[in-house]
Amino acid sequence: MKKLINDPEDVLSEFMRGFSIAHKDIVEYKTDPVHFHRAGGAVQGKTGLVSGGGSGHEPLGGGYVGAGMLDAVAPGAFFSSPTPDQILAATEAANGGAGVLHLVLNYTGDILNFEMAAELAAAEDIEVATVVIDDDVAVENSTWTAGRRGVAGAIAAMKMTGAATDLGYDLAKTAEVCTKINDSMGTMGLALTACTVPTAGKPSFDLGPDEIELGIGVHGEPGVKRVPMMQVDEIVDVLVDAVVKDLKFERGENVLLYINGLGATPLSEQYIMYNHAWDKLDALGVNVTRSQVGNYFTSLEMAGASVTIMRLDEELTKLYDAPVHTAGWRKGV
Amino acid sequence: MADTLGAGWALDWIKKTAAVVNAQREELTDLDRAIGDGDHGANLDRGFQAVLVKLDGATPATAGEVLKTVATTLISTVGGASGALYGTAFLRASKLGDSDLDAAGVVALLQAGVDGIVQRGKASVGEKTMVDAWTPALAAGNEAVAAGKSPAEVLDAMAVAAQEGAVATEPLVATKGRASYLGERSAGHRDPGAQSTAYVLRAAADAAAAA
Repeated sequence: MKKLINDPEDVLSEFMRGFSIAHKDIVEYKTDPVHFHRAGGAVQGKTGLVSGGGSGHEPLGGGYVGAGMLDAVAPGAFFSSPTPDQILAATEAANGGAGVLHLVLNYTGDILNFEMAAELAAAEDIEVATVVIDDDVAVENSTWTAGRRGVAGAIAAMKMTGAATDLGYDLAKTAEVCTKINDSMGTMGLALTACTVPTAGKPSFDLGPDEIELGIGVHGEPGVKRVPMMQVDEIVDVLVDAVVKDLKFERGENVLLYINGLGATPLSEQYIMYNHAWDKLDALGVNVTRSQVGNYFTSLEMAGASVTIMRLDEELTKLYDAPVHTAGWRKGV
Repeated sequence: MADTLGAGWALDWIKKTAAVVNAQREELTDLDRAIGDGDHGANLDRGFQAVLVKLDGATPATAGEVLKTVATTLISTVGGASGALYGTAFLRASKLGDSDLDAAGVVALLQAGVDGIVQRGKASVGEKTMVDAWTPALAAGNEAVAAGKSPAEVLDAMAVAAQEGAVATEPLVATKGRASYLGERSAGHRDPGAQSTAYVLRAAADAAAAA
């Protein structure tokens, strides 16, 4: 394992302390239990927005706390959901008296821990609503799986739902628009390499030099299918076709086209993916009215990327365009 | 061997669990790498090491007190599904540990824990989860109680059945938890949660044999 780390057990605390000092104008870092909240605390009268999940997905985590996005976040250990006390602390920090929305990515551990935290928050008379994000079209939603995962699209959902809370949406309307965002998008990704969790010391799965994993998640777990390496345009065909089939986009619709890098894939390769994905949507008569390319939701040093396509109506376009000021995503301010 | 089990047994159980989880950390991690995300060993080890710190120097009066400390510590340190599930199990079990436990009492305590796991995780038998180790263990425990066995013998029967249950998860295709994303590819691997369950019960049996 070759990494820029000291003791593997200290990786989380050292990186989070560094992050919090670098961005102290935007976030506050609390260690007992670990969570980040907006500098200055909850915005009174505004619906709070809280998310959380494992670490290793940076800038997801503290990087998306700030005006126009999350009020607080509970980051767990690498690829492990946070604990209920962390989520409760984040919920308290986000509560401006108007209730708090839990934006939860669909993984068993996250669901269980957020559920326990919501019970604890209810005991403190904090009104909590929960929306589960499950944009990964690679996983079939059936009784045979834990259901579609929450992947790259979750970042857009956090940003757009955060914008809604800034615009004064109450808790019920915030939950409604968050659900609408989730229903409007689909994501599918692939990995060229696995990644190594520092405390595990070895790659999270074994992948041959000429193999790729299709339908990869973001926690270092294998994908749904292992196939021989293909040219990038062929890979993009598979990813875009899967999302288009799931969302049933129609000619004349406006969409966000969003390529997310998993950590080790250069931006140049992500733009090659965008290039072909745009052509495919253009051929279908679908208008790409918003675009996003970059490492928004990573999986440590995994090489790979995903394609997210989101149907945009007037409301969602407005939420996407609203200003955001976080360490990981800043525009309009 | 004692006729009933109390705080001393519970403390020893948890210390032995912490030791075996630490010793088998790599094995649990490797099982999880194959079909999950490779953190089960590290997460459980972190949790039980934190439990040892909490219990160090403590003088709990009942098994229930010990298990409550275990529950709250695991819930706040493990994370993932296993933290919520083991934490819920120990919390539910702790409520039946106010007085010393005879053989039937031990099984009732563990049954309460498993009820918590099933309620929280919504898994049932055959879905390649820790429930596949707990369920045969409870059946074996009830059978041993009916046969008039001692608490230590009952726990030994449960530990044996749990280990067999863990091995029996190998051919199963997962339909719950992270392994379910793999579909057919999850077959051929043992479920890490079922294996850690077998270790937890083996530690309980060994502690009872020494009580």
